[in-house]
Amino acid sequence: MINLMTGLKERVAGTKPRERHLLLCGGVPCLSLGCRQVKEAVMRELDNYKLSGEIELLEAGCIGNCRLGPTLIVYPEGVVYRRLTVENAKEIIEGHVLGGRLLEHLLHRDDLTNEIQRRREDMPFYRKQQRLVLRNCGVIPPHIESYMSNQGYAALAKALTELSPGQVIEEILRSGLRGRGGGGFPTGRKWQAAREAEGPRKYVICNGDEGDPGAFMDRSIMEGDPHSVLEGMILAGYAVGAGQGYIYVRAEYPLAVRRLEDAIAEARKALLLGNNILRQGFSFDVEIRVGAGAFVCGEETALISSVEGTRGDPSPRPPFPVSKGVWGCPTVINNVETLANIPPIILNGGEWFSRIGTESSKGTKVFALAGKIRHSGLVEVPMGTTLREVIFEIAGGIPDNKEFKAAQTGGPSGGCLTTGHLDLPLDYESLREAGSIIGSGGLIVMDEDTCMVDVARYFSGFNRQESCGKCTTCRIGTKRMLEILEKIAGGRGTEEDLARLESLAELLRNASLCGLGRSAPNPVLSTLRHFRDEYLAHIREKRCPAGVCPDLTRHVIREERCRGCGLCHNICPAGAISKEGRTFRIDPDKCVDCSACVRECPFEAVRGRKRRKELTRA
Amino acid sequence: MKRTAIKRKEKYQELDGVLEKYKGRKGVLIKALSEAQEMYGFLSREVLIHIACELDVPLSEVTSVVSFYSLFKTEPSGRCHIEICSGTACYVKGMQDLLETLEEEINIKPGEVTGDGRFGLSTVNCVGACSAAPVVKIGDELIGDVDSKRLKQLLGKYGHD
Amino acid sequence: MINLTIDRQQVSVEKGTPVLEAARKIGIDIPTLCYLKDLNAPAACRVCIVQVEGRPAFEASCVLPAEEGMVVHTNTPAVLAARKQVLELFLSDHPFECLTCERNLNCELQRLAKRYGIRDLPVEGERNHYPIDHVSPSVVREPDKCIRCRRCVSVCENYISANIYRMMDRSFQAVVGPAYNGSLMESPCIYCGQCITVCPTSALREQDSTARVFEALANPELHVVVQTAPSIRSSIAEEFGLPVGTPVEGQMVAALRRLGFDRVFDDCVAADICVIEEATEFMERLKKGGPFPQFTSCCPSWVLFCEKFYPQFVANLSEVKSPQQIFGALVKTYYAKRAGIDPAKIFVVSVMPCVSKKYELLRPEMKASGCQDIDAEISTREFVRMLFQAGLDIRKLPREEFDSPLGSASGAGVIFGSTGGVLEATLRTVYEWAGEKPLKRLEFEEVRSLEYKEAVIHAGPHELRVAVARGTGAARRLMDQVLAGKKRYHFVEVMACPGGCVGGGGQPIYIETNDWNEQVSHRTRRAGGLYQLDREREYRKAHENPVILKLYEEYLGRPGGPRAHKLFHSGHVSRKLYADEPLLKKERDLVRR
Ligand SMILES: Cc1cc2nc3c(=O)[nH]c(=O)nc-3n(C[C@H](O)[C@H](O)[C@H](O)COP(=O)(O)O)c2cc1C
Ligand code: SF4
Ligand code: SF4
Ligand code: SF4
Ligand code: SF4
Ligand code: SF4
Ligand code: SF4
Ligand code: SF4
Ligand code: SF4
Ligand code: FES
Ligand code: FES
Ligand code: FES
Repeated sequence: MINLMTGLKERVAGTKPRERHLLLCGGVPCLSLGCRQVKEAVMRELDNYKLSGEIELLEAGCIGNCRLGPTLIVYPEGVVYRRLTVENAKEIIEGHVLGGRLLEHLLHRDDLTNEIQRRREDMPFYRKQQRLVLRNCGVIPPHIESYMSNQGYAALAKALTELSPGQVIEEILRSGLRGRGGGGFPTGRKWQAAREAEGPRKYVICNGDEGDPGAFMDRSIMEGDPHSVLEGMILAGYAVGAGQGYIYVRAEYPLAVRRLEDAIAEARKALLLGNNILRQGFSFDVEIRVGAGAFVCGEETALISSVEGTRGDPSPRPPFPVSKGVWGCPTVINNVETLANIPPIILNGGEWFSRIGTESSKGTKVFALAGKIRHSGLVEVPMGTTLREVIFEIAGGIPDNKEFKAAQTGGPSGGCLTTGHLDLPLDYESLREAGSIIGSGGLIVMDEDTCMVDVARYFSGFNRQESCGKCTTCRIGTKRMLEILEKIAGGRGTEEDLARLESLAELLRNASLCGLGRSAPNPVLSTLRHFRDEYLAHIREKRCPAGVCPDLTRHVIREERCRGCGLCHNICPAGAISKEGRTFRIDPDKCVDCSACVRECPFEAVRGRKRRKELTRA
Repeated sequence: MKRTAIKRKEKYQELDGVLEKYKGRKGVLIKALSEAQEMYGFLSREVLIHIACELDVPLSEVTSVVSFYSLFKTEPSGRCHIEICSGTACYVKGMQDLLETLEEEINIKPGEVTGDGRFGLSTVNCVGACSAAPVVKIGDELIGDVDSKRLKQLLGKYGHD
Repeated sequence: MINLTIDRQQVSVEKGTPVLEAARKIGIDIPTLCYLKDLNAPAACRVCIVQVEGRPAFEASCVLPAEEGMVVHTNTPAVLAARKQVLELFLSDHPFECLTCERNLNCELQRLAKRYGIRDLPVEGERNHYPIDHVSPSVVREPDKCIRCRRCVSVCENYISANIYRMMDRSFQAVVGPAYNGSLMESPCIYCGQCITVCPTSALREQDSTARVFEALANPELHVVVQTAPSIRSSIAEEFGLPVGTPVEGQMVAALRRLGFDRVFDDCVAADICVIEEATEFMERLKKGGPFPQFTSCCPSWVLFCEKFYPQFVANLSEVKSPQQIFGALVKTYYAKRAGIDPAKIFVVSVMPCVSKKYELLRPEMKASGCQDIDAEISTREFVRMLFQAGLDIRKLPREEFDSPLGSASGAGVIFGSTGGVLEATLRTVYEWAGEKPLKRLEFEEVRSLEYKEAVIHAGPHELRVAVARGTGAARRLMDQVLAGKKRYHFVEVMACPGGCVGGGGQPIYIETNDWNEQVSHRTRRAGGLYQLDREREYRKAHENPVILKLYEEYLGRPGGPRAHKLFHSGHVSRKLYADEPLLKKERDLVRR
């Protein structure tokens, strides 16, 4: 194996970055915040000072703490400069790189203590994580040389020279790894079934559809560490006896497609893909298939149809893909994150992996934090870490002094966790018991300003739109559920509607053809379970407590903000505002919704009536 | 019939280059459609008939696929196409305000094109930049952390006065 | 064999059998809407759900393979309630128009709604609304009544191979239809009507011509003549409570007279002419050396299929028209002259098991007599409706005879309606013309993998390779073999419908079974007994039928001669698969007759 690796390293001619180099985050969130422009500015400055030959500017995938983006790390010190603009480039080169000065105003300060945090290791955001899958993300550029200098492809070399396919599967079984795509099915068992299945050819598919809106870890892995996914796939191919792999990536991720294409080309050149890999007699190649905008294509039978070039219509299981998948041949389908876990398991042994996490959920899980949270971004923690640790200790809690209300996990197939769940360990079983799922690991944090009926309506709208329309319960049922929710949100709901909603939800869950329809009711059922009061407020009192549902909101003066200045009272054309105690109050019967008070109040104490209509998608 | 076929052939020389490499191969329809859309901006009936005939796939199959995937467009968009992310993170962070701003400023809803053909608007299910929500894509440019003010500036940059 | 328990009863079935079929074995009828055994099993409708012990959710029994030790419950209150809910969802997106619906009392959705006692809809909401496609001459589509079962997709793809239908769009508004959910007129539909016969609801139905026929009958100016296809005389029987397939030829003739037709003729005579003309053409090709194979041309759907999908074979199509058109041409020339009636005043109606003939009669070349040769066609279904309306009960009518001078046909003309019949009828003549020996019953060898039959016969000096393709799907495979040089034939019969015309798209729709093959065999059984009729005939070969001989002698001249050519032959053209521009709404209204 050692020989193999040395030969391999010579072939890819790995160059280690020089001591002094710059690493810029090129992940999509940072891109959207302008890192490309920062990069160009930094390059200009390097040119200006004739440093381009000396100091390398590397671009990595998402570093994790995207709220600090665009981010530049200056090595060897590892100093993190955050929220950069084009203007900062000159300062950094002049001040830090040439002048050796720390630029304090560009450093991150702790949100609470205001303490300066210079390096990643100083930040609680990183300190409390255990980065296994994200080991390379944001640390090295997504190229084969860098990957190999971080033990890349060593697992493959080990497997090809030391392990039989059966032994690879045993190692995975021993690790206890379960699928990270949502189902949580033991990966080793899936591989074993595919190995035993009979067919003229076999296939491995990497599921990079990541349709859950609000999740972006698979994207970050494909962009930031594409070779780990490839290595995982090759190992899967070796273990089950497949000769061809497909990576199914959604079209919304063009950068991921480009990075994977580059990685595949690099791997082919290094004899890591194609005929007779590393001259060990095993052949495997990978092709990319790009989706075209359909959430259901993440479902495995739909994904197979889509890989075959047709509509992503799911089909009944059995037959399962492991016995009849692409072109009718046995097919292993694994999620991106699942596959990225494979190389370290093979390298360090299943035993090692199984010591991380909880009894039934081994290893780590990457969560994509977004919504009303201070540090949105990617967080990887051992399974079983509590929600509180993730939200408050790692990600800094809720901004703007708002109250935490709920965390939505599992996206449109998942449910909500509430304050009562803050100490719940995040693992497959605990979340299922709480009425949600880990899903792919999207975690959207919601604060007091979020209406849970609206959230249910949002997800129902999503599921309705993404239903493939094949089976009755889901095609018509998701539409009817959405209609009932709209009725409730519009203040026209009755308590019978809640019963209808529940019985429809039950039907969809029990009688739909595929996972989309079967889990579509989850967001509804889970909000009904944890926030029934809010539904009842909409129904009985015709009131939206969070002030979100347009038909149920009024102009109100927020007591806590009103300073009693009376300006609004003076301007109100309808005479609807009168003093009540220390503050002012709006009489809803008199108010004519002109919003003059909203504009007039110097303290932003008047919350206006929402005019918002239903979310139209197209 | 012959004449129209010849006319089509001339018109779609560029596309034929693409179709040539897919002919007789399995599972390539989506790829071919994507490339065609890239070429022409949208998939007209004529283009779809051409693809159906060249790849020997029924037109019903082609339009079935096109109508299934949300990224395929059968109508031209504006010269500048705006996509607003409607994923959960962006929804929670107020993407609806952005839609409202656009309705106020340039008077279009998702799926529509402005009268002067300058702007087209659609929503998209999460572009994976959720930590920078709400996110807007204008042309090829992805912009995070957008609020109404920023959006108005951007409209100006793309020619709205 | 596999043992499982269904509703506390033991049952053994073969491995892989769906639970639904296993349940049927012990007399439990699980409802279905999308399933059609051996044709369609998308697991889409969800009315066949059952509870399997140990499974977290219901399973669709139509696709669930029976497993050893499985314990299934098909009728627990929970299962029944869920099925009812599924039906309620269906109805919440369905027009409530049973009273005015063609499939009233013969509709699978309606029947299940009755069976499950649906009384009201707990959840209602927006319904889809799509325009009715009434543009094509043969098939009407009403997408609002579509339940997305995809049976039409399967039959058109697998059996007909025209691939007209697919699921369009997605989500709530997803619907089954031609490209763009547009009109069949803009698609390469060949109007065979097979999709109608499998549709569980009235989403697909024939263009109804009964009103036009009643109108003509009411017009004193018109001399209204009717011809009936061979199979009609037995396929209407069961609609009147008689055993399936009872021949009621005489009563049918009586009924037609009572409906007010001035003359009632047998179409089989035209079939005899068709045989003679095709045989003549074939002899000529033998002389000239081709082009081979000669394809039969009496099925308009097949002709259209060839013109659209295989234009390279257009020259191989026989030039002889179908019996329907031969008959029309004959009535408006020969008969008109003999009876001394102005052809423009004759209104010719044909009764056929077919909906494609509605399209065929509109083809511009079908004007051999100077005016449109056939004025209207009604399918078996429409014919039965007319009889019901007129209160004519076949059981209570006397037997009457067809009108001469176009009287009795030979057995060859009779078997025309069955698969292989055209080929055999023609060969009976060819054989004797070429070899001067009578032909015994034709024996075919099944070419199972290709779904067609072939045979080699020695006629005089010739070794003739012949084949019969059932369904244009089979024809496609046969033609591909020929194109690839793997097969060579001299004569090939193609009929678009399963079992030939007796299984035509205009036959009564039979919903008592969810097995495609059973449906087909029921249709063909109705019209069965054709071979028996053939055996009972005095003359079994077309060229021996004295009626025909007299006709040629008196009027037509020699077979294939100038007059026969003018009346009975037509050219074929290659056609475009797709309309470049879709029909505008305005145009649609214009096209509608
Ligand atoms: C509606 C639906 C959407 C799904 N979307 C995804 C997805 O985007 N990515 C993914 O990896 N798995 C998704 N899955 C799960 C896959 O079907 C499949 O279980 C998974 O890819 C298997 O890989 P794993 O065992 O590695 O998790 C989805 C499932 C359903 C029902
Ligand atoms: S459950 Fe929904 S997505 Fe799945 S097959 Fe049925 S309609 Fe399609
Ligand atoms: S919205 Fe207008 S009418 Fe209503 S309270 Fe404010 S100022 Fe008065
Ligand atoms: S203007 Fe604002 S602060 Fe002043 S009284 Fe009105 S609500 Fe209160
Ligand atoms: S299709 Fe069936 S259920 Fe629908 S209106 Fe007609 S008879 Fe009634
Ligand atoms: S079935 Fe019922 S609704 Fe229909 S006609 Fe009879 S009584 Fe009236
Ligand atoms: S009439 Fe025949 S060809 Fe036309 S759609 Fe129906 S089955 Fe297909
Ligand atoms: S048209 Fe008829 S056969 Fe076709 S999917 Fe609809 S209901 Fe089924
Ligand atoms: S086989 Fe007969 S019934 Fe069917 S389309 Fe052809 S002519 Fe009509
Ligand atoms: S994309 Fe730059 S830190 Fe996440
Ligand atoms: S939700 Fe908008 S980018 Fe993910
Ligand atoms: S799902 Fe079984 S019959 Fe439709």
